[in-house]
Amino acid sequence: MDLLANLATGFAVAGTPINLLYALIGCLLGTLIGVLPGIGPVATIAMLLPATYALPYATGPVSSLIMLAGIYYGAQYGGSTTAILVNLPGESSSVVTTLDGYQMARQGRAGPALAAAGLGSLFAGCVGTLLLAAFAAPLTELAFAFGPAEYCALMVVGLIGAVVLASGSLLKAIAMIILGLLLGLVGTDINSGMTRFTMEMPELADGIGFVALAMGVFGYGEIISNLAKSEVDREVFTAKVQGLMPTRADIQQMMPAVLRGTVLGSVLGVLPGGGAVLASFASYTLEKKIKLKAGEVPLGQGNIRGVAAPESANNAGAQTSFIPLLTLGIPPNAVMALMVGAMTIHNIQPGPQVMTVNPELFWGLIVSMWIGNLMLIVLNLPMIGVWIKLLTVPYHYLFPAIVLFCAIGVYTTNNATFDIWLVALFGLAGYVFTKLGCEPAPLLLGFILGPMLEEYLKRALKLARGDWSVFITRPLSAALLALGVILLLVVLLPAIKSKRKEAFVED
Amino acid sequence: MAFACAPVVAPFQADSVIGDNVVPALQRGPLLSIKSQKDFVSGVMFTVTGAAFAWNAATAYTVGSAGQMGPGYFPMVLGLVLVLLGGFIMFFSLVVETPDGGSIGEMAWRPLFCILGANVVFGVLLGGLPMFGLPSMGLIVAIYALCGLALLADPNRFTLRRWLVLASILASGSYLVFIKLLSLTMPVWPFFVNP
Repeated sequence: MDLLANLATGFAVAGTPINLLYALIGCLLGTLIGVLPGIGPVATIAMLLPATYALPYATGPVSSLIMLAGIYYGAQYGGSTTAILVNLPGESSSVVTTLDGYQMARQGRAGPALAAAGLGSLFAGCVGTLLLAAFAAPLTELAFAFGPAEYCALMVVGLIGAVVLASGSLLKAIAMIILGLLLGLVGTDINSGMTRFTMEMPELADGIGFVALAMGVFGYGEIISNLAKSEVDREVFTAKVQGLMPTRADIQQMMPAVLRGTVLGSVLGVLPGGGAVLASFASYTLEKKIKLKAGEVPLGQGNIRGVAAPESANNAGAQTSFIPLLTLGIPPNAVMALMVGAMTIHNIQPGPQVMTVNPELFWGLIVSMWIGNLMLIVLNLPMIGVWIKLLTVPYHYLFPAIVLFCAIGVYTTNNATFDIWLVALFGLAGYVFTKLGCEPAPLLLGFILGPMLEEYLKRALKLARGDWSVFITRPLSAALLALGVILLLVVLLPAIKSKRKEAFVED
Repeated sequence: MAFACAPVVAPFQADSVIGDNVVPALQRGPLLSIKSQKDFVSGVMFTVTGAAFAWNAATAYTVGSAGQMGPGYFPMVLGLVLVLLGGFIMFFSLVVETPDGGSIGEMAWRPLFCILGANVVFGVLLGGLPMFGLPSMGLIVAIYALCGLALLADPNRFTLRRWLVLASILASGSYLVFIKLLSLTMPVWPFFVNP
């Protein structure tokens, strides 16, 4: 039983008290920031990234990554909490949670809604972790069969996937990817040793700071747009949260929904660009199609299935989206792009070799994700009162603190004020992007993939002596590119186009 | 953004005569006008950025060929693609109708300046600006400045008391967590306290 042995390795790494503590701290911090309205997981992770660098008593990079995984899950759960209680989705994947979750909260059933979200997520997380552990090894084998041309094709498919699932204009999303790729090229070219696009600034020789970019575009960009909105439309259901546990009828109702959500989420999560967003939307649509039982409230009016299913799908998708990252080294979405950034800072190049070279890290990370899930239940359900209190703290007290932590965090990554100027610049860019309706997530993905894509493209074409047809004559790469074209065509079909518009309508 | 949905090309503003009927200009509207302000500006942004990258890549670095790519090859291609995409986006913004004219809306100048300003001032005070001979004032002073500026983003809520209380809490908290607990190295006090 390889699987069990591998999981045992993982538990041995992730189960040490110090790593458990870091997972716990990560979950706490993640929820703390994630629960703030309008701040999604990407912004949360970007803000907290520097906090994972300088961990005292850390047992190598594993601890930082474990803490980061904890932050991710905490942020996601925090986002659902806000979605249910305040009707403000922190990110696109919890948009559907607001539909029924908020209605439940209005009916005084916020407790069961939160519990359903938590328990559903835990179940989905368990399944996702097992899938991840089971499929990681065979997929890694596959990865070794990949040549540079296949890697290129895979990255292109991944980027197309990210575009297809972005809300709003397809063209703008593609343009944002290209912009990201270009920004990723700033710095020293590894082949020629030349510095490119640095405008004679020595600080840029190592490239644009990844933390500064993510924090500026997502963190500051979001704070500024939040401040520009008025505070009137916020209604917090604080007094009515009592009785956390769902009733027996609730559990009977949500169990099949959780199962359906988990299956759907696990499958969709592996797709490039998919991950959590697609999973939660698809599973909500599925629940809507399933016939109501006698005496059941329709979806959209506070049905527990409408919370349980997308939340499970969301989490299962989040878990399985680690598969392409850990096995192929290609981040399928913005959150995973942040994880890649964090890994490279610790000198780990994500990809198939991680599992063979560094099995402790690989399996430790996988197990720690499951632990992170469990932590959430142990931690968040009893502490829900605290998070609700936090929701009532006025925003104007919170944001100076957030700005401060961002500034300190970005300063400490390199101990240089240059990163502070950079984060301000990207904050401005982030706000402009929001105003122009350009989604920043594809930019981040492009930024991470830029140097990788150039490197593989260079190698592939060098081997083919400059013949571009190599991408369609090699069967695997041709198949991948065909998949990308199909993805694009599907979205451009008028019927799907209108559906896609519908699905991404924001409140 | 200063400009509204201004017509870009409006060649026939005066009343024109078709046969014997005089068609008032107002009823026809301009031939080409910005139908989506957001998309038009984004298109311009992408085109300009792409052109800048492509130009720089092509002139400053060796481009090479597909089989022997120089450092300029990939960025040049990407830059040109971006120019093309930006052009398409601009074109569609002039052709496809959008419900509210794709209005960009008001820029939130005040929060923008206050938040980014707070960040920059924090950096200046923390590290100083050796280029201009500005010495470091340290973390504590920087935190007070950052809080003050950030709070000013919402002028109705700013009070002196609020500022001092919040800044003091954050300063002491940061001192404990970042300096004492995590022992991060950064200047804490102004240059004249511990040189």
